[in-house]
Amino acid sequence: MNNRSGYIIRRVLFLFPTLFVVYTLTFFLIHATPGGPWSQGEKPVPPIVLKHLNEAYGLDKPVWQQYVDYLWNILHGDFGPSFSSRSQSVTDIMRETFPVSLQLGLLAMLIALGVGLPLGILGALKHNSFLDYLSGFVAVLGISTPAYVTVSLMVLIFANTLHLVPTGGWDGIWSTKALIPAIALALYPAAVLARYMRSSMLEVLSADYIRTARAKGMSSWTVIVTHALRNALLPVLTVAGIVLADVITGSFFVETVYQVPGIGRYFVDSITKHDYPVILGTVLLYGAVVAVMNLIVDLLYPMLDPRMSN
Amino acid sequence: MATAVLTDSRLLRDSAVKKSDGFWIGALHRMRRNRLAMASAIFLIALVLVAIFVPVFYRYTYAQQDYSAVTQGPSLTHPMGTDQLGRDIMIRLIFGARISLTVGIVVQTVIMLIGVPAGLIAGYFGGKFDTAIMRTVDVLYAIPSLLFVIIIMTFLRGTFSGKPTGIWSGVAQLDDRTGGLVGVYIGLGIIGWLTVCRIVRANTLSLKEREFAEAARALGATSGRIMFRHLLPNTVAPIVVAATLGIPLAILAEAGISFLGLGVIPPMPSWGLMISESIPSMRAHPHTLIFPAVLLSLTVLAFNFLGDGLRDALDPWMKR
Repeated sequence: MNNRSGYIIRRVLFLFPTLFVVYTLTFFLIHATPGGPWSQGEKPVPPIVLKHLNEAYGLDKPVWQQYVDYLWNILHGDFGPSFSSRSQSVTDIMRETFPVSLQLGLLAMLIALGVGLPLGILGALKHNSFLDYLSGFVAVLGISTPAYVTVSLMVLIFANTLHLVPTGGWDGIWSTKALIPAIALALYPAAVLARYMRSSMLEVLSADYIRTARAKGMSSWTVIVTHALRNALLPVLTVAGIVLADVITGSFFVETVYQVPGIGRYFVDSITKHDYPVILGTVLLYGAVVAVMNLIVDLLYPMLDPRMSN
Repeated sequence: MATAVLTDSRLLRDSAVKKSDGFWIGALHRMRRNRLAMASAIFLIALVLVAIFVPVFYRYTYAQQDYSAVTQGPSLTHPMGTDQLGRDIMIRLIFGARISLTVGIVVQTVIMLIGVPAGLIAGYFGGKFDTAIMRTVDVLYAIPSLLFVIIIMTFLRGTFSGKPTGIWSGVAQLDDRTGGLVGVYIGLGIIGWLTVCRIVRANTLSLKEREFAEAARALGATSGRIMFRHLLPNTVAPIVVAATLGIPLAILAEAGISFLGLGVIPPMPSWGLMISESIPSMRAHPHTLIFPAVLLSLTVLAFNFLGDGLRDALDPWMKR
């Protein structure tokens, strides 16, 4: 037991160096990138204004001092003001845009689970049948098609040609506007989940305890649901956690094409505008999401499968 | 040469494969029975041949603009129509194939050059080397890779366009001459080696305890010789599979960053760039979107089928 809590503490503590490295790498990369945040407009900024702006935002200080100052501020929950829309702080922007991406990501994840798991289970149960090949083909297709292709093709077909849904925008997850971005975002995780579910299910179905259960005369339905599915779902859960982090942090193509006001779209904008605080804030937020999801998966797994506890 | 291959990566499942001279021949036979993989291989070979030879005698170049024929549908003069600037879409697609295929292969090479030695060293020496390399891998894994690629590409694009001095100036010139491809290689290569490193390390860990490695050590072989002459050849199968499945990932990543405007530099045609250029007017001119989108998906699909086929062929113990 002692061993176990030690492991948990070590894993949680590992979050900090991870995020610290993410911060350091990102900070120095974006500060080494030529071009400042003020040189964007059509008219060049007068030198005196530039000087004052740099002073006001602390950009005239040496880079190492900016690095330390900014780290200090972040540790106090202050990500600073956005450079491109100066009335807003990065925290405001994240509070406004991240929930949109989170909702979109969770909706996509639900769709992915609803499609991917049954597809994988069917493939395994009807092993080597037409259905199996079809589900395998759909899965590889989902992995091979980038989200921006899916979104634009879906807009072309369902919005522009058939006029079933709007061509872009965001109105919450209950609006028809959420359909195209959520489905497009769900395609890749659905494919990944289907593949893992299929191979996991196949492995379990060939296990001895399944043969025993069948030999005892249990109905095949009971065997599949209570014995096979339960055990086959375990490894898939770990994948699902990592996939969820991918879905939440990977929505910028979908958001950019479908004009969803989420954090991904804001991130893409902030890169072209050299908006350092927004870039840093987003990367840290994304890094935290990925790291925490990984942590949860690693900690959850031994609880679900006692064999893994050492 | 009756050594044994032990493959315990996630890609190849746990299984011990007895290697004889017929290992690769047997794999080839198994491969040929996989129709999907063979069809994919034929498609990719055809794509390579078209990409190499068609631009030589085609009547347009990829940057040639015809203002009298802007966004036309497919016709006899332009088999796939023209884009917003009156450029022939077919030649741009074919040239885009050159770029995608080159990116896939070069990026994989960069990844192998970093990942394989790193994995070998971590697995063989263990201890401090292992800790240092694997902690780096762990931390880099925690960063969403596309995000990291975007930041690196922004840095490289900014640095290259800003007339750099010193070591960067040569790289920047090369990048400029290749239409931004060198930047793409660097950006995708330095983040993509993590998986290969893990696979090679896991294999090395189990292989170095085997008799043949011990025998080599007893005969006084140096560490470098054991790693590269004895351990590495026995890890080739999973590396080949990882590389084949890595190519479509690199192609998709290049298309993605070019889509965001951080990859190749216009007028160089990349499929991702062509897709993003077509989106504003896709309603009126759907062909400008559909051709590059379909070709990108088909190519990635073919590489995935080929990689899956290779994995099955190289691992005959896997349950089918």
